[in-house]
Amino acid sequence: MALPGPAATSFFVQRLTAHRHFWRSSAIGSVLEPVLFLAAMGLTLGGLVDRGPGVPGGVGYLAFLAPGLLVAAAMQTATGESSYPVLGALKWDRLYEAVLATPARPADVLAGHLLYVAFRVTTSAAAFLVVLVLFGAAASPLVVLALPVALLTGLAFAAPVSAMAARLEEDAAFAALQRFLIVPMFLFSGTFFPVTQLPVVLEWTAYATPLWHGVALARDLALGTAEAGSALLHVGYLALWTAAGTWLAARTLQRRLVR
Amino acid sequence: MTGVPTATRPVSLLLRVVPLYPVSARRAGQLVYRNLLVARRSWLVFVSGFAEPFFYLFSIGVGIGALVGDVVTDTGTALTYQEFVAPALLASAAMNGAVYDAVFNLFFKLRYAKLYDAVLATPVSAADAAVGETVWALLRGAVYSTAFLLVMLAMGLVGSWWALLALPAAVLIGFAFAAVGLAASTFLRGWQDFEFVQVAILPLFLFSTTFYPLSTYPRPLQLLVECTPLYHGIELVRGLVTGDVRWALLGSAAYLAVMGLAGLALGARRLQRLLLA
Repeated sequence: MALPGPAATSFFVQRLTAHRHFWRSSAIGSVLEPVLFLAAMGLTLGGLVDRGPGVPGGVGYLAFLAPGLLVAAAMQTATGESSYPVLGALKWDRLYEAVLATPARPADVLAGHLLYVAFRVTTSAAAFLVVLVLFGAAASPLVVLALPVALLTGLAFAAPVSAMAARLEEDAAFAALQRFLIVPMFLFSGTFFPVTQLPVVLEWTAYATPLWHGVALARDLALGTAEAGSALLHVGYLALWTAAGTWLAARTLQRRLVR
Repeated sequence: MTGVPTATRPVSLLLRVVPLYPVSARRAGQLVYRNLLVARRSWLVFVSGFAEPFFYLFSIGVGIGALVGDVVTDTGTALTYQEFVAPALLASAAMNGAVYDAVFNLFFKLRYAKLYDAVLATPVSAADAAVGETVWALLRGAVYSTAFLLVMLAMGLVGSWWALLALPAAVLIGFAFAAVGLAASTFLRGWQDFEFVQVAILPLFLFSTTFYPLSTYPRPLQLLVECTPLYHGIELVRGLVTGDVRWALLGSAAYLAVMGLAGLALGARRLQRLLLA
């Protein structure tokens, strides 16, 4: 398989240029929404939780929730940027075909696209991280390492979702993806409560999701309880999803764009 | 052949050009029927609309419920967290469903599918279309709300016979938000503007006593929340489902009814102007 070349950077720059026109509204989605969740659930509901039975381990609910929301938001942003935009660029506005009229090849298109998703996830997560620290939700300075974890989790979703989008002819499957995979992961993969509270089957399903690994690692870092062994396992699992997704997406794009 | 129809044809032709009485149930019904035919083709999207509120109910009710324990409502009733959250999720789902249906679908039909340009070539007027779309959103919402109430009943989260009235209450919430959403969607310039809709809906969902009682807020914030529509929707549904029925609930119902009628009036006028301009 061909590796991406310098043309990938040109395509990345093209995506950034397009982004200039709607960065305000996309910032609302990727930064303001998690901040609102943090305020409603972390601060106010957190007050009730901390007075009630609370989170195991004596951790305040805000400190428990915040790193989870950071990573969950990265998943949402990455999925959003890899579903409709990829299918749209293939089918509706034919952006990828236009790019292929330049020296860029499908591998460059994919690399440029993933670079752009990485940019979106990193900037949104960085903004949210600042808010998180201002809310007093960070217990350890290692919380800054939650940023690369959010990025890696974002890519672990962006790559397979791009591969899926590159196969589709219609967008109806995105509604199913959102409602039957992304929303359940958001709600059940440890963001809002420990997965050990779930029935055993669901608990093990949660361990299989990339989101749980991202959330668990980011939380360990933010609380200062990270260990090298489990951290390596989380990173490895997320990298596996990223690599497999990228390979699938590259193969699918190559077949669809070069006939 | 002496055609009998020739005698009636000028009359029906005339009907197409003279102004009709502003809204007709039969004409609005045609649009509802049209939407039903379309929904049959995309049934997966329709069915998946059931899923989201249930996921929230299980996740927040069961998962966070274990962390919170019991909650005392603003009127002093002690409830388990699930009993507290479930009616609020029913009310929020009614809002969300109505807004998405009214805003996303309507915007697409208005700007891209040019559906109403075609509709207006028939005797159906812009006001008929506005009423028809709102009725459709309500029917769809009623189906979802019924399913949600049945699940609540099965989970033992319904505490009173008054809960039977929670269904019309959910439809009323749907009416208020669908009508305002319809009016709002005529102002949207493009897909990017949907983020602004989201910015209006999400804080309502998160802060309207969905997840914790009003008493959690300081007094000035309480006053602010009391002015917002979803708060009244949640009060209404939670009061009915838990059997905590008070006269104040009538005030909440009136708030939602007025909001819906105002939204519908504005929406119909905007649609008329956009389509005939």
